[in-house]
Amino acid sequence: MSANNLLTPESLAQIDRELAKYPADQRRSAIMGALRIAQTEKRHLTNELIEYVADYVRIPPVAAYEVASFYNMYDMKPVGKYKLTVCTNLPCALSGGYQAADYLKQKLGIDIGETTADGKFTLKEGECMGACGYAPVMLVNNHTMCNHMTPEALDKKLAELE
Amino acid sequence: MTVYVKGVVFEGVDFDDPNSWKLDAYVKRGGYAALKKIIENKITQDEIIAEMKASSLRGRGGAGFPTGLKWSFMPRSFPGQKYLVCNTDEGEPGTFKDLDIMVNNPHALIEGMIIGGYAMGITVGYNYIHGEVFEAYERFEEALEEARAAGFLGDKILGSDFCFQLHGHHGYGAYICGEETALLESLEGKKGQPRFKPPFPASYGLYGKPTTINNTETFASVPYIIREGGQKFLELGKPNNGGTKLFSVSGHVNRPGNYEVPLGLPFSELLEMCGGMRDGKKLKAVIPGGSSAPVLPADIMMQCTMDYDSIAKAGSMLGSGAVIVMDESVCMVKALERLSYFYHEESCGQCTPCREGTGWLYRVVHRIEHGLGRPEDLDLLLSVGGNIAGRTICALGDAAVMPVQGMLKHFRAEFEHHIQHKSCLVPGF
Repeated sequence: MSANNLLTPESLAQIDRELAKYPADQRRSAIMGALRIAQTEKRHLTNELIEYVADYVRIPPVAAYEVASFYNMYDMKPVGKYKLTVCTNLPCALSGGYQAADYLKQKLGIDIGETTADGKFTLKEGECMGACGYAPVMLVNNHTMCNHMTPEALDKKLAELE
Repeated sequence: MTVYVKGVVFEGVDFDDPNSWKLDAYVKRGGYAALKKIIENKITQDEIIAEMKASSLRGRGGAGFPTGLKWSFMPRSFPGQKYLVCNTDEGEPGTFKDLDIMVNNPHALIEGMIIGGYAMGITVGYNYIHGEVFEAYERFEEALEEARAAGFLGDKILGSDFCFQLHGHHGYGAYICGEETALLESLEGKKGQPRFKPPFPASYGLYGKPTTINNTETFASVPYIIREGGQKFLELGKPNNGGTKLFSVSGHVNRPGNYEVPLGLPFSELLEMCGGMRDGKKLKAVIPGGSSAPVLPADIMMQCTMDYDSIAKAGSMLGSGAVIVMDESVCMVKALERLSYFYHEESCGQCTPCREGTGWLYRVVHRIEHGLGRPEDLDLLLSVGGNIAGRTICALGDAAVMPVQGMLKHFRAEFEHHIQHKSCLVPGF
């Protein structure tokens, strides 16, 4: 069994709300939400954390690990305080998606998949986020969509992220 | 940007008012009137399904299957639990209409699902929401709370015996989950790998129970159809292509955004609404129905009307209504390279032809783009594509092949130029 209290009571209450959405004999359905909540609190999913969440949802750890490794928004390696995911799929590329990614690379001095030395920013290239009309788009820490990411807009956004 | 021209999903929505999505505003513009009408007049399930059939509404997620017919497949007399599922896993490159529905008019979707539940004798529903749009998921959860508090959702709806519970389920980044059976697997807390069909979800769906799955825009169109009648909806569009539709226009236009317009609108008019081509450049090509749809050159596209039949006749598909507009500066090899990378990245890995074949497609297009192409590569692409299409469990295999076939059909000369001269004909993006 995993150690207790890996997550705060607030996070556990959120997981309970996820569990309540599904039939009592289908607790497994809540694993995606539970892993998201755990990751939001801890920034990335360690094996220990995945096991803890699996125990809480009452499914085998391997079933939780399978989900964590299949869906690409789960981070199984450490990421910076702010994970910046830039979409470069075709609709974004037509409106400056690659320029946005290149600008960030140059400004942060890192390549795609890397984290700045101070641990503040991680840069990722993403697939379609379903917001192509607002291209180029960038996602901050999986949950905040930023539209029209021109170099000026990126400067402004980076300055906001402390 | 969202532009309402004429339609059923965004009618009366004030996009400048941050509260326009809320229950009060929705009710003021006629929202939940359809549900009240059903409950008060004790309209039967058969009558609702007949109205849906009369509307000729076709699934707005991509496949275009008639919604009324799909609803009639549901074994209503099945004694056990049945489920209603909304597919808001909007990940097809170019598509962003469902995001706008969730943000600007979530109650239309909720009311549509409640009516669907009533018509098919279903008491529990889930809305599976694309991972990258967390804010839309939060908005939906808030709207659900409003609907429950007002008695439109939950136990004994509007004082009747009808009960319907609805929940949001947030995805976490997998294109494949837009495929309905992958979505069901994901909703069950598993990897999103598609199931064999048959059995179809209507007999073996979520948790093995009969399940109906529709797209967000499809459900959001239901309240209008019940309130105003199927015939009126049909007349908004054209025969066999009933109603209005949201088109997500992206790429090289002056005003990208969602445009709600009648089906059958000439493409040239849609392009005009978008402010025409950016920087006054010339239109080169359009992908008319999301990244999986075969590309069409400008001259063919300018002859098309925006509906299922016209686009199909031109050799492509209306799909989800995602219109990717490309001007003369776009290198088609580079465009295809990016799309092929996407399908390779997103293949779930279950079927060998797709898992391996999408890698082949990407690597071959990549080497052509980077000046390493060989004369036999174009035939190789078609041969690999032929070994993927129709040989996989789900349609993602075909989806990866259609862009390749479309590009080679209409822009083969550009690929040949790349192979011979090791360079682009145009600057690219």
